[in-house]
Parts: sequence; structure tokens; C-alpha cells
Amino acid sequence: MYVAVKGGERAIDNAHRWLAEERRGDAEVPELGVAQIREQMSLAVNRVMAEGSLYDPDLAALAIKQARGDLIEAIFLVRAYRTTLPRIGASEPVDTGAMACDRRISATFKDAPGGQVLGPTFDYTHRLLDFALAAEDVPPPEPAATAQASGTPMPRITATLGRDGLIQQEPASDETPTDMTRTPMEFPADRALRLQALARGDEGFVLGMAYSTQRGYGRNHPFVGELRIGTVAVEMELPELGFAVEIGEIVVTECETVNQFAGSRTEPAQFTRGYGLSFGQTERKAISMALVDRALRWQELGEEDTGAPAQDAEFVLAHADNIQATGFLEHIKLPHYVDFQSELELVRRLRREAEAAAGPARQEAAE
Amino acid sequence: MDGTEDITATADRRAWMGLLARARPDALAACAAALGEMPQADWLRPPETGAVMVRGRMGGTGAPFNLGEMTVTRCALRLATGEVGHACVQGRDRAHARRAALCDALLQGGRADEVRRVVLDPLAGAEADRRASRAGKAAATKVDFFTLARGED
Repeated sequence: MYVAVKGGERAIDNAHRWLAEERRGDAEVPELGVAQIREQMSLAVNRVMAEGSLYDPDLAALAIKQARGDLIEAIFLVRAYRTTLPRIGASEPVDTGAMACDRRISATFKDAPGGQVLGPTFDYTHRLLDFALAAEDVPPPEPAATAQASGTPMPRITATLGRDGLIQQEPASDETPTDMTRTPMEFPADRALRLQALARGDEGFVLGMAYSTQRGYGRNHPFVGELRIGTVAVEMELPELGFAVEIGEIVVTECETVNQFAGSRTEPAQFTRGYGLSFGQTERKAISMALVDRALRWQELGEEDTGAPAQDAEFVLAHADNIQATGFLEHIKLPHYVDFQSELELVRRLRREAEAAAGPARQEAAE
Repeated sequence: MDGTEDITATADRRAWMGLLARARPDALAACAAALGEMPQADWLRPPETGAVMVRGRMGGTGAPFNLGEMTVTRCALRLATGEVGHACVQGRDRAHARRAALCDALLQGGRADEVRRVVLDPLAGAEADRRASRAGKAAATKVDFFTLARGED
């Protein structure tokens, strides 16, 4: 039974006023602008777009400001906003092969055609705090070095392996994928649904699941065949025109893993693959996604179910969403006075009954 | 108009609509301002912000899946001279969508050459510069492997 209790309005209003003041912090310190967050906290913005499942850097930056830097709260704000938007359509699948790459590396082939392009990476930094950045008037950084772009194409590593039949093919299709934002998730979930859920899943959760496969819980021996970060065009057919036009461009991170073989008496041994794709420069997420995608494919690849959590689609997908998780988790801090009253009653009654039963016995023992 | 011209015209329009959609809103605003006063137009569809589900392909080349949404703003309008302009552009900027649709309409009429010169050419130039700049920075981070010493014995 729910009982409505009133009386918290003034406290709530005042809590919100104080929240606004705390959000602003010390008024002596200049206020942070949304553009500053978008430009200088861009990896936080990318994470909010990826897990908020809405590509809009300005909105993500605003959400981070409003949420005082709590990224899950910011993702919540973006998710709530997206529910107010009419769905205008679905894009053509983006062509990541045609990506204008800022970064493109392969851990499997040193001399990959197109080369190893590091891009603006934290890799190879020493992870020492740079106190120079703490100075008041930091001079602008030296401009990035430039070189003549060779224009050499960067073919997919998996295409190179695929030519010799050394890796599973990914057969193209134009099937319309099920959309978990339109129809509730059902199990068993096909791979399209799994990838959608992982793409918007919590980075920490997906990372933990991926790590568990590396430590032996559903091991699948991944190599990062290729990791690319860059800009892709988004094309959509406009029904009133009857042809597709580019409606914008987005930055995405793509990871293709090359994993240990599947093969049988009739089929020669072949590498298998996992796939990760996420909005923005989010490579930890994309690599994690690829490992978990691969682990979830055990059935289709005829592998053994070792009981590893990362092989359990229902476990992974039902717990990957940080907004669902935080909603259920955090609701327990809201008033449960009536629920608790009934439990309290029950405990008191049980104790009374136990005491009543024990009472005569104790008396007997004393005699 | 024969079939080939039709295909060329469509390709042409796809190219300019893409360029207008990809343009930075402030850049398009600056170019459109250089066109002088914009013609009167009637809305066929006033600007509306919504979401487009962006799809990817499994393994980059396989079956499609839903990656996540992006914000877009679309609109359609008709000039007094009859040309209909459409726009569906990334983001939530209604003025950007309106300018893109106006340019799309003008590019189908008598002012096409002027719009190409004043709007499309500078936008294409800015885009090419932006892309070349990033590609140049990426190229500077390309690894040149060399062998220090080979253990032959």
C-alpha cells in the first residue's frame, strides 16, 4: 500500500537552491562555460554521448555542467532529453572503412597498409602529473606537428585476413535491426541487440566484463586487429526526395579484435572476431565492447559454456545499463517508511512469539 | 531531361545538401549573410528538432545494428518562385536548418551560380582545410619503423 505524505516541499526547494549554489562553487573562481567543457573535457563529453546514446557534444557538455561533473547523472539527463525528441528516421549504416582517421593502429601487423597512426593518444605518456598545467596563465601548447598526408588507403586488417580465408566473414545484409529503445529487450538477444546494448552500456561495467575474459572467465585470446578513431559521414534517406543525403558527420571509435580459432573436421581453422563501435574518442569502451561481443558469441561459434559471467548474455545485457542500474539502486534511498514499518512489525512479532515460546521453557529449566 | 542528366542533377544536389549539413552553423550564417537579403519563403515543414538512429555494421561490413541516436533539425520551404528547399542537418540549430533549406531552394533556381560562388565554394574550401589540417596532424604521428640491430648470430 502506498500512502502519500506531504510536507517536504520547502526542504526540497531549499535543497535545490543549495545545490545550485554548490554547483557554482566559489564565486571568486570564474564560471565554467559549456563551450569550455565541450572543448577541454572532450573525453568526458564523448563518454556522456556514448552512454547517453545521443550524439550532441553541446548537450553532453551542458549535462556535465548541470550534473556537477557526475557523468552518470549527466548521462541520465541526456537520456531523459532524448525521450522528448521525435524519431525522424534511421541512418544508412556508417561506413567506417571510409573513416577520416585521427588514429589507426594494429596490434597484429606492424606493416599494415596505411601505417600505424598514433593520433592524440595518452599511450606512451609517463602518467606523471604535469604541474605546468596548474599554473594560472598556461601558454597555449605548441601547435601539433604536421606532415604531408600520403593519402594511402587504410584497408581493414580483417579484410586482409579475409582475402586468404583466415578469418570469419561478416556477411553484409540490409536487415532492419531490432531497436531496444523501441521494443523491450528479450532473451535470447541477437547480436544486433547485444551490440546496441553494449554500445550504450556503462564503460566501467563493460570494461570489467572484458577484463574478466582476459583473466580466464570465458577466455577468448583477443588481439586488437585494428583500432581506428576518426570522422565518418552520416547519411540518411529523405523520403520526400527519394535519395540519401549526408546529414552530418560524427567521430566514432571502432575496434576489431582477432580471436582464437574456430574450426572443425569439415571447416579449416579460422580466426574469429569481436566488434566494438562507440560514439566519440572512446577507445577503452570500444576495445571492451569487442571483447565482450566476442565472449557472447560462444554459442554461434560452437564453444563450450564455461559458466563465465561474460558468456551470459542475460547477465551482461541486463546489468550493463548504468541508468537502469542507478535508478533501481538509488531508489532505495527514497522514503520506504511504510515498507519498513511492516518489516519492523514483523520482526517485533517474531521476537514476541519466540520469547513467549521460550518463556515457559526457561522457567522450567530454572526450577 | 534524359536519365544521365537526372543522375548528375541528383548527385549534384546530394553533394550540396551534404556540404550545407556538415558546415559549421556560424560558417554557413556568415556565407548566407554575404548573399544579402534572403528571399521570402513559405514553410512546408517548419524546423523540427528530432533524433536519427545512427546505424553501424557488425565487423564494419556485416549486418546493421543500432549504435545510438544523433540530434538533427529538418525543415522544408517553398520560395515565391516555386523552388522547394529541404534540409536535414546535424544538431539543434533551427536557423542553420532554415539557411540550408533556403540555399537548397536557391541552388535550383536563377541564383544558383551566385549561391555556389558565395556559399558553397567557401564552405567547401573551409571543409577541405579542416580535413587537411587533421589529416596532416595524423600523418605526423605515423610510426616510421626502423631496425636498430638484428641479432644474426
